[in-house]
Amino acid sequence: MSSFDPFSDAYRRQASDLKKAVQRHRRRLINLAIIGLVLFGAWSSYYQVEPEELGVVLRFGRHIGNSEPGPHFKIPFGVDRVTKVPVGRQLQQEFGFRTTMGGVRSDFERDSRATDEATMLTGDRNVAIVEWIVQYRIASPEKYLFKFRSVEKTLRLMAEATMRSVVGDHSIDEVLTTGRESIEQLARTKLIELSEFYDTGLSIELVNLKNVNVPPPVQPALREVEEAKQERERMINEAWSEYNKVIPRATGLAEQAKENARGYAVERVNRAKGDAELFSALVAEYRKATTVTRTRLYLESMTRVLGKAKHKVLVDAKTQGLVPLLNLPQGGKP
Amino acid sequence: MSARTTLLVALAAAVVFTGLSSAYVVNEMDQVIITQFGKPIGEPIADAGLHFRIPLIQKVNRFDKRWLEWDGEPDEMPTREKTLIFVDTYARWRIADPLKFFTATNGIDGIAQSRLDGIIDPETRNVVARHDLIEVVRSSDRTFELNLDAQQFDSSLGQTAQPSITAGRDALAQLILQDAAEKARQQLGIELKDLQFQRVNYTGTVQTKVYDRMISERKRIAEGYRSEGEGKRAEILGRKELDLKKIESDAYREVQTIRGKADADATAIYARAYNLEPELYRMLKSLESYEQSFDEDSWIILSTDSDYLKPMVEVPR
Repeated sequence: MSSFDPFSDAYRRQASDLKKAVQRHRRRLINLAIIGLVLFGAWSSYYQVEPEELGVVLRFGRHIGNSEPGPHFKIPFGVDRVTKVPVGRQLQQEFGFRTTMGGVRSDFERDSRATDEATMLTGDRNVAIVEWIVQYRIASPEKYLFKFRSVEKTLRLMAEATMRSVVGDHSIDEVLTTGRESIEQLARTKLIELSEFYDTGLSIELVNLKNVNVPPPVQPALREVEEAKQERERMINEAWSEYNKVIPRATGLAEQAKENARGYAVERVNRAKGDAELFSALVAEYRKATTVTRTRLYLESMTRVLGKAKHKVLVDAKTQGLVPLLNLPQGGKP
Repeated sequence: MSARTTLLVALAAAVVFTGLSSAYVVNEMDQVIITQFGKPIGEPIADAGLHFRIPLIQKVNRFDKRWLEWDGEPDEMPTREKTLIFVDTYARWRIADPLKFFTATNGIDGIAQSRLDGIIDPETRNVVARHDLIEVVRSSDRTFELNLDAQQFDSSLGQTAQPSITAGRDALAQLILQDAAEKARQQLGIELKDLQFQRVNYTGTVQTKVYDRMISERKRIAEGYRSEGEGKRAEILGRKELDLKKIESDAYREVQTIRGKADADATAIYARAYNLEPELYRMLKSLESYEQSFDEDSWIILSTDSDYLKPMVEVPR
């Protein structure tokens, strides 16, 4: 140490000054170092487990137990190592799409990877685009850490395989419409079975279908079917409106005609009855004095008839060849 | 500092160094093989905790004890009916025999992965080539529920069109796994526990054709709906005509019946009344007729021997 760097007098002087200073404060320096070491040890032995976490403690690599949420101490200097696993947190994986966080630039490769995830064959040899999510929880932190290199990646593979297997057993129409719920159920059941078979220590909570569609080139044709359905409804509605424009009116008119006829009938019968009553009354009187009544009726009538006419000619019964004499003009007008 | 102290410090340092380098940690996720001058010594150590070795001479080789994933690349291959598809499989494996694994792969992960590619890919190809596409896609014989579109316009999707599945997806995966697992165990000391079809997709040209077919199927259904719409419209318009004619003719029939009955009733009433005195009726009607048929322009020529004038020409006696 003393024979360190004999280059200059100044250096030598400085070094000897330092040496003297070190010797003078040796005890104090050692104390300082010990205090520092203790403080560092205390600081690095303390750790805290958050409420939704569990701390998995390894001593020399061996699992010796888990620590519950709260403040804890461990043996420092790499003897104890603690890995915190978020067992209480609901985790989610997305397939066929990515929820982009603010500021993340979405690049093309990622998009095509998402599309590849979502593109799958249906049981009737068609192609569907299925987007879905899987929600899960880490039920066993030991299995999570010690049994799989990457449970998340394994879960992605498992989810893709099970979803495709379920969709592969359904027709495209079932995938698009009626089968959604049963596909979710079956995919969840299959994923749980596989997860148990693999002993992943994950608890699969939910498999949820999001956007389900046919591939983009087929989408216009699918929309066309919907439009055609609407068109059919429109045609039927229009035809019914045509029907409604005519039939209720015709029904009303028919009712009117019937009412008119009923009115006619009532009037006709009533008039007949009235006339009959009149005649019957007349008959009663007529029978009491037949000749007089006849004469009276005859004369009254003749009075009215002859009273109206302006031209009256009286001809003696013995006269003959009357017509040439009168020289009547055509139409009866003089 | 004296020479003695320096020696002591150096000795202490040597002891600490030897102690530290002879101790090693085996993690829960690791297994270890000790090699001496490159030659494996003793059994693999899988027991987690603190272990010791002879420093400098013995080397610690760590291997993963955990389940690892093998994720194959999508591989283009033909099915039995010569449809080209992309098949993407994944498998789960672990190092079951570290010694064999170490000799086969030098313990390098990348080498293991590509050796697995070499085992699994040809097996996949073999199995797929012996089966129809539908066997790779479907896993059961379940019959599809037909939705309304299919029920109405798509007879090709009917139950009869569904081929029967003899093996199915899971069975094919098992076939691949069986042979591949045996090879992986013998050649690499790897235990293959499971293999799954991750993805099965059409290749480019096949995909285009499939899309075209899907489009034509949809268009067929769309045409079906349009034509049904027109048909229904015609049906409704036809019904409109029918109902209209029925309503109008019913009304006509009823009107005529009512009027006819009324006329008949009236006639009966008149007949009953007039039959009391037909003579009187004839007279009244005649007189009424005269009154109506003569007006002020009529010429009336009366013979003196008519009943009306008789009283005038015959002097009463």
